[in-house]
Order: sequence, then C-alpha cells, then structure tokens
Amino acid sequence: MWASTDPFSVMSLSKTALKQARQRLVGMHYRARAGHLGGNLSCIDAMMLVHHEFMGADDRFILSKGHSAGALYVTLWSLGRLRDSDLDRFHQDDTLLAGHPPAKGIPDIHFATGSLGHGLSLAAGVALAAKLQNVRRRVFCLTSDGEWQEGSTLEALIFVTHHALNNLTILVDHNGLQGFGSTDAVASMDPLHERLAGFAVEIRVCDGHDLDSMRAALATESNRTVMVVLNTVKGRGVPDVAGRIESHYLPLSAEQYARAIAEIEATP
Amino acid sequence: MRDELCRQLVTRSSSERMIFLAGDVGFMALEPLRAAMGPRFINCGVAEQNMITVAAALSHEGMESWTYTIAPFCYARAFEQIRNDICIQGLPVKLLANGGGYGYGVMGPTHHALEDYGILLTLPNMTVFVPAFREDIGQTVCRAGDLASPAYVRLGHCEKPAGEIVPSYAPWRRLLDGAAGVMIVVGPLAGSSWSVLRELDAVIRPALWVVTELPIGCNQPPPILIEALKRTRRLAVVEEHVAQASVGQEICRWLIKAGIGIDRFCHLYALGYPSGTHGSQAFLRQCSGLDPVSIGKAAMLLANET
Repeated sequence: MWASTDPFSVMSLSKTALKQARQRLVGMHYRARAGHLGGNLSCIDAMMLVHHEFMGADDRFILSKGHSAGALYVTLWSLGRLRDSDLDRFHQDDTLLAGHPPAKGIPDIHFATGSLGHGLSLAAGVALAAKLQNVRRRVFCLTSDGEWQEGSTLEALIFVTHHALNNLTILVDHNGLQGFGSTDAVASMDPLHERLAGFAVEIRVCDGHDLDSMRAALATESNRTVMVVLNTVKGRGVPDVAGRIESHYLPLSAEQYARAIAEIEATP
Repeated sequence: MRDELCRQLVTRSSSERMIFLAGDVGFMALEPLRAAMGPRFINCGVAEQNMITVAAALSHEGMESWTYTIAPFCYARAFEQIRNDICIQGLPVKLLANGGGYGYGVMGPTHHALEDYGILLTLPNMTVFVPAFREDIGQTVCRAGDLASPAYVRLGHCEKPAGEIVPSYAPWRRLLDGAAGVMIVVGPLAGSSWSVLRELDAVIRPALWVVTELPIGCNQPPPILIEALKRTRRLAVVEEHVAQASVGQEICRWLIKAGIGIDRFCHLYALGYPSGTHGSQAFLRQCSGLDPVSIGKAAMLLANET
C-alpha cells in the first residue's frame, strides 16, 4: 500500500466535498464564460481523489491535459491551497489562473502545460530525479485519451518503462471525445488499455467517477509504472452537454448553468 | 572540438548534480563521459522531444541538465519543448548541438543548422554560445554550465590557422588589428577568416573580431570595436546562418539604436542551397560566398575607396 505524507491526505474525500468542487467548477466556468468544461468535469473526480487521499506534500501532480486547469484550481481550492478570491479571477485579465496552468505563481503547479504531449515527459523527468536523488516521491500525471495520438507521449512512455519508473502513476481521462469528434472516429486507439498493454506498464482500468473503483486502482504499488485508465464521461453532471462534443469548447448558457447546478445538487 | 568537449564535461561531471542526456549520438566521442557519469549519463534514444522535456524536469528538480544531439534534431525537432518546457519555465538546461551551419556537409540539408540561433534567440532568456576555437570549449562549458538560464551551444570545427595563439576567452575578441573597418565573424568561421586576413597588410584590412555569445543585446560590442566603427564607418558581418534573424540583422538594429552610421556594409551569410547540389561544408560555404576567397573580397570591399 502506498503511504503518503501530510498535509494533503489528512482525510478521505467526502462526496460532499466532491459535490462542492463540481459546483464551484461549473460556476467558475459559467461566470468566466469559459469553455473546456467537459474535460474538466470528466477528470475532477480523479483529481480530487488523488490530491485528497493519495498525495503527500512531497509528491507531484502534473496536469498534462492542461485544458483541465479549472479542475486543478478547484482541487487546490478544496485543499485550502487557493482562495475563493483566487478562483474568482479565473480567466480574467491580470490573473494567475489562466485557461491552462501557469509556469509560475502557484506553488503546487510546477509546470506550464496546455500543449498536449509534454506532461508525461515532464513527469518522467521528475520521477527520474527522485530516483537519482533517493527521494521517496510519487508522481502523478493526468493525460487525456486523445493525447495518446501525440508521438511525444509515446516517446515518453518508452522512456518511463525503460527506466522502470515505478514511482510514476499515469492517469488517462478516457472520456472518448476530443476536439472535433470522438477518439474512435478521429484516430482510434480503442481499446486504449489493450493498445498500450504491449508496453511494460501495469494497466488498471476503473470507473473514473466511482471513488471506490479508483481507490482500488490507485492503492497498490507495482514494480512497474502504473497506468490507470479512467473510464469517464465528458461533461458529466451537466445534462445539456454530458457526452457531447459541445462540452469541449462552449460556455454554458444561463439555463444550462441552472440545470447543471440542480443536477449536481440532486446527485447522491 | 568534440574530444575537448568530452574532456571538459568529464571534469565537470564530478558534480553529482550534473546529468547528461544524449539523443543516441556520441559514438567515438562521448564514451569517456558515459564511463565517468555512470547512471547519470542517459542515452534517451531516438526521441529528442522527450529528451528535452525530461531534461527540463530534471533541471526543475535541482539537477544540472545537459542534452546532446545533432543541432537540427535539437532546435528544430524539439522547438516546442525548448519553448514551453525550458524557456517559459525559465530552466537552466544546457543544449549541446553538434554540427552548426553546414557542419554535416554532404550528409545533406536535414542535418544542417542554418537558422538555429536566430530561432532560439526569439525565446526568453536564451543565451547562445558559438565557440570558435578548441581553446574556447573549456570556458564555454563553464559559462553555459554556470548560467542560471537556458543555454544553447552550437558546436563546429576549430579552424584556427597554424601558428596563431587564440586570445583569452571573451564573448568578443579582436583577432587582428586593421585600419579599413571592422569584420565581425560568428563562431568557427573566424578561424578561416583569420587565415585570409592575416595575409593582408593591416592598413588595407579590417580589424577582425569574433563573437561567440549571443544575443548582441546581452553582450554589447566592446568600446574599442565601437570606436573603430565610428571612425571607419565600414562593417562586414560573416556568419554561417541565414540572413533572417541573423547576427548581421541584429547588429544593424543595434547600430541604429546606438546612432552609429555605417557607409559601407557587407553581410556574408548562408544562402541555403543555391547550386541545388550537395557537398562538403567547404563546398556549401563556397556556394554561399562564405569561402576564403569571398571573405577576402569582402575585406577588400571595405578597404576600397570607391
């Protein structure tokens, strides 16, 4: 069993905290008139769980799918690492909370990401450094599923498996939708977990919206890099956009926002 | 220069902080470094984008990261990785790039680096080193290694003329005095230019200067060079790089900002492949007018009154 250190993992993630985070995420995007909500909603459950239950202060989280920055900001807010007033500045002029994670200014965010295909190499370097420096550090890297079409991501996967970076956990937000179509229709790698099984990674597949399913996938160590494929729904919890390509880009209307908040509230 | 580079890196590698990433090149050159560094020497394979980003992350974690590959596989193949993961992050990764300019000769255009420092100097806080002589390598490794910001080192061949002694390292060095203007040469071509200009009388030749650190804005020409420009109002710039974003262009901008007028200006630069054929570095330089005869003509052009 992985042991993590404080201060992040002092308590288990409650469904109430998760509900609050989802509402804050939707509200933040609505007020900012920001898109990319769908990919944020598909991964916020995993991001919250990893940060609240699996990460210690010395661990690192790298958001390779940088367009889900909002979910990361909300997660850090839920941990008290960002203030409410910080989130209010999301997508505004003179903000640190850009549409993709910034390089500097937020201590828990280590790298500017947003161009897909960089995060896994960054995570590989951080994980390798920990090994070389004899530091016990677990590194988490969240990728999208479409991102596996980037050649550099496969370069990185070859590297992490060759160097047996078992302090690295790769999370794949497998929501099945990308910018202009479904991953299956655009450049299919389905089933992704089978395509990547030829690499020396330990692949675990789970429900990316079920906390216990994810806990089971994340809990145990391996002598290999662990890859957790999170089966998710893009735009989950927002009835008007869930599972639809529109959720990749379009901001919510007032009516859609009201329905979204009600839906999240009604979800057990 | 590669043997000297390896020797200097071996010396530096006594620091446990140093890590060296190679892009599957270095055969018959870097074996001593690999032996000295053990697990801190990593051949990343044929995957330059990953290599550059891994180097950035290692640097972020406190290690002194060096990468090594053929020049275009660094700056061209992995440009976005250099931009996003090194420069936007402000990380002091050291990028060693072998084969500056036409260095890989008849290997062909895919292996040439004619636009490297121009492209890279568009990025924030990037310093480019273009060591001209074997004697420069020690200082280049130290200065790039100690830099707290990104560095790109364009490596070529030493072209120092026989019998000459290279002045102590400085970003700007005068190799020859001369009364007929100023010739500024970037990197190793200074050696070949030295061979040409030393045969001319000092009265009719330009003073020969070599510049080995860029950008000009961070390494302003020294006062005696500026004084010579003001006095003679004649300037030639020679570089194995395309004209766009070149040192020649940057010097013109600097001259205008400094209010220094030039009556006679000559810029020798890489033209690409005007012959449509391939050949050695010497052949390709000749096609671009970067060969010794062309450099001599440029010197005479500065000297001539009409």
